[in-house]
Amino acid sequence: MRLLDFFTKRRESANVAKDRLQIILAHERQLNSAPFVEDLRKDLISVISKYVNIDPTRIDVKLERDNHLEILEINIPLR
Amino acid sequence: MGKVITITSGKGGVGKSTTSANIALGLALAGKKCVAIDLDIGLRNLDMILGLENRIVYDVVNVIENVAKVSQALIRDKRTENLYLIAAAQTRDKSAVKPEQIVKLTNELKEEFDFIILDSPAGIEGGFKNAMIPADEVLIVTTPEISSIRDADRVVGILEANEKRNIKLIINRINPLLVKNGDMLSKDDVLQILSIPLIGLVPEDKNIISYTNMGEPSVLHKDSPSGKAYFNIVRRILGDNVEFNEIKEEKKGFLQTIIGFFKE
Repeated sequence: MRLLDFFTKRRESANVAKDRLQIILAHERQLNSAPFVEDLRKDLISVISKYVNIDPTRIDVKLERDNHLEILEINIPLR
Repeated sequence: MGKVITITSGKGGVGKSTTSANIALGLALAGKKCVAIDLDIGLRNLDMILGLENRIVYDVVNVIENVAKVSQALIRDKRTENLYLIAAAQTRDKSAVKPEQIVKLTNELKEEFDFIILDSPAGIEGGFKNAMIPADEVLIVTTPEISSIRDADRVVGILEANEKRNIKLIINRINPLLVKNGDMLSKDDVLQILSIPLIGLVPEDKNIISYTNMGEPSVLHKDSPSGKAYFNIVRRILGDNVEFNEIKEEKKGFLQTIIGFFKE
């Protein structure tokens, strides 16, 4: 395994840390600025799965804030 | 009219008290009248870092509960007449103090001092709120590690929700060799993730352990890497435009390497 690491370029751990932090912080900032988003996601899952078959982990609820407008984006891929 | 600067971090053990001690003492050495207040009630530490632990009679809770006057709780530093400390109570906990009481105390101290440095406890609970509410400016200390950066981001969110907009970042314990090898987040990485303005870069400095052992903050050792870094922060607080130099490995000359060999 070590020998393999030597030949395949190892991914720098700082870059891994940066990617992981950017993803988790984007998520946490949203949770803190609009705590209802998480409840909305759960409600959507329970309502929509009464009618169609969905994968709950793939429901994406996003609230984006700009200086001028707010967009609530909901993405529900059907199975 | 004085200014209240709160030093905080979210995560514990990233160097808040060391930073508070160095900034307070550095400002005092630069001629500003300064008081450092340890708000880590129950876990008093700033006194030892400053080397003033034997002089405490009254603490911040005594002042708030009117057991002592402010002037009685002000402990004067032995090295400069510009620095004073108000110690944390050691036998109480964070609930002994409310933010309004600290605001009242700092308003009183603003009349007499140029700077009031509040050393915040770790966490985002009551103790942190005591330190945050009176702040005119907040300095967040983080190390280039994921837990510390994540917690710093959470603190920024809480500060902004409380209308605190004057927030600056200190990146502490930067190890240039690790950064070079891609095993530590760089200054630019951290700034890109947190997007708050930078006020200081402090290199990892193994001397700090012995400075703390002796109760002598880095700014008393002007040639040490951390001492220089803290002085730059002090100058920036005072409004000087000090360039941010990339922290590099200390290059040793041939002779120094030989001397180092015999010393160790």
